[in-house]
Amino acid sequence: MLSINNIEVVYDNVILVLKGVSLEVKSGSITTLLGANGAGKTTTLKAVSGVLRSERGEVTKGSITFGARRIDGMRAFDVTRLGIAQVFEGRRVFEHLTTEENLVAGAHTVRRVSKVRDGIERVYAYFPVLKNRREQLSGYLSGGEQQMLAIGRALMSSPKVMLLDEPSLGLAPMLVEEIFGIVRRLVQQEQVSVLLVEQNAAMALEVADHGYVMENGRIVLEGSVASLRDNSDVREFYLGLNEVGSRKSYRDVKHYKRRKRWLS
Amino acid sequence: MWDELQFASALIVSGLSIGLMYSLIALGFVLVYKATDAINFAQGEFVMLAGFVAALMLAPKMPVLVAIGAAVAVMVAFSFALERIVLRPLIGRPIIAVIMATIGLGAMLRGLPPITVGGETRAVSLNIGDMPIGFGSISLPPVQILGVIVTLAFFGLFTWFFLRSRMGIAMRAVADNQQVAMAMGINVERYFALAWAMAGTVSALGGVIWGSMLGVDVHLALVGLKVFPVVILGGLDSVAGAVIGGLIVGVVESLAAGYIDPYVGGGTKDFAPYVLMIITLMFKPYGIFGTHRVERV
Repeated sequence: MLSINNIEVVYDNVILVLKGVSLEVKSGSITTLLGANGAGKTTTLKAVSGVLRSERGEVTKGSITFGARRIDGMRAFDVTRLGIAQVFEGRRVFEHLTTEENLVAGAHTVRRVSKVRDGIERVYAYFPVLKNRREQLSGYLSGGEQQMLAIGRALMSSPKVMLLDEPSLGLAPMLVEEIFGIVRRLVQQEQVSVLLVEQNAAMALEVADHGYVMENGRIVLEGSVASLRDNSDVREFYLGLNEVGSRKSYRDVKHYKRRKRWLS
Repeated sequence: MWDELQFASALIVSGLSIGLMYSLIALGFVLVYKATDAINFAQGEFVMLAGFVAALMLAPKMPVLVAIGAAVAVMVAFSFALERIVLRPLIGRPIIAVIMATIGLGAMLRGLPPITVGGETRAVSLNIGDMPIGFGSISLPPVQILGVIVTLAFFGLFTWFFLRSRMGIAMRAVADNQQVAMAMGINVERYFALAWAMAGTVSALGGVIWGSMLGVDVHLALVGLKVFPVVILGGLDSVAGAVIGGLIVGVVESLAAGYIDPYVGGGTKDFAPYVLMIITLMFKPYGIFGTHRVERV
């Protein structure tokens, strides 16, 4: 459905951030992109959604296709119109707008007012807490509520693909669980496919169908989540488990660091 | 005692009406700042330019409405062009670049009339008479009453636009976070252009009304200086603040002229608003209605 073919991204004409990234999001599934800070996960999402351009970044090689259309180089608002919605890292709700106004703004691409109203009700059905906060300035919502609003706002444009950037950031484990549960339901009930960027690898590998591991602007590993969970490198470096499978003791970390088996 | 009261109320009423006309100009400034984060130091020159257009149209006896329409059309076109040619390339640059660009633009605009149409003062006659309308000792010239009506109409329109219409909500979303707004499918640049066009429209009407009160020449641009106390007082990004700030500045100025001028020989009217501005900056830097940064605790 959405495929990224060997793209390179350059910031400010000089800084090479992505060095040939390819990945594929299949229809009706959750694909996760794992990696450490600065690996290029967010840049990958921004390359897809087109907001890269406002940060002086550019896709210089490769292509991004959505369905049969090539979307790299398209402007962000046109990409959204085609059915790709991005949920930004750190929630980024419109703080000075109320909850409901945020949803209205999210439905900018929807023409009919009645459809906007239906969309708002649908979001409230998935996230009932938001309904109680509808008249409140979204800047004052709790972190969890803001994350729900950010997802709900993206849902307003009835996207076919949702790009989710670190929805677990700064949230309590129970909330993370709840939000991922809703994401799962969205995939099943709204026919949305999700590209999920996460640092919380354990959670991501639990909820996703397929996964990629990124390092230094490259994809270094790919596979079904089951195979990734079994991969010894992923276990060691992303899940914090050692060979035997028990939790690693931090006392040992400094003594011995196993080399990764991929080149980066 | 009775005389005193009458004197004071006359000063206040005239201050309120003049204040609302400051608000009209300040509205243009606020719209641009709110939507695009650009500070337009050429707001006064916008007003002057519109005044010239209206005066030149009226000189060969064009109907008043045609002249006003022409002023609005020219200002909207001018604002569009300005946004497109000068300001869009500066998006993402330091704010000082935009400030300098508008200051330079202001200087250019002030230089334009003397070399093209001549420096003399021109009249904008709206054919609504000069006989003050009112009751008792409180009366206002018709043009001021017109100014009050126009300002209140725009205030109502903009309030509705920002709070109720989907375009208004989108514009506030753009003001809140441009990148995220873009990802919501909002064409940010189009909304910038819209904000400038709205600012152009209120400047045009400000130019017609102020021009008919003061006459049109290069000095008309000086009313733009009053925008700063108004918007600092009301809050840089608040439509309601522009109106309240204008009212306060108008009344303060009028009272200063009425009560302090006789002792010091005049001129307090021109600096009283700035004293007020400095006091505001000391105690309420965001102004009365300005947006505070939202912070969760």
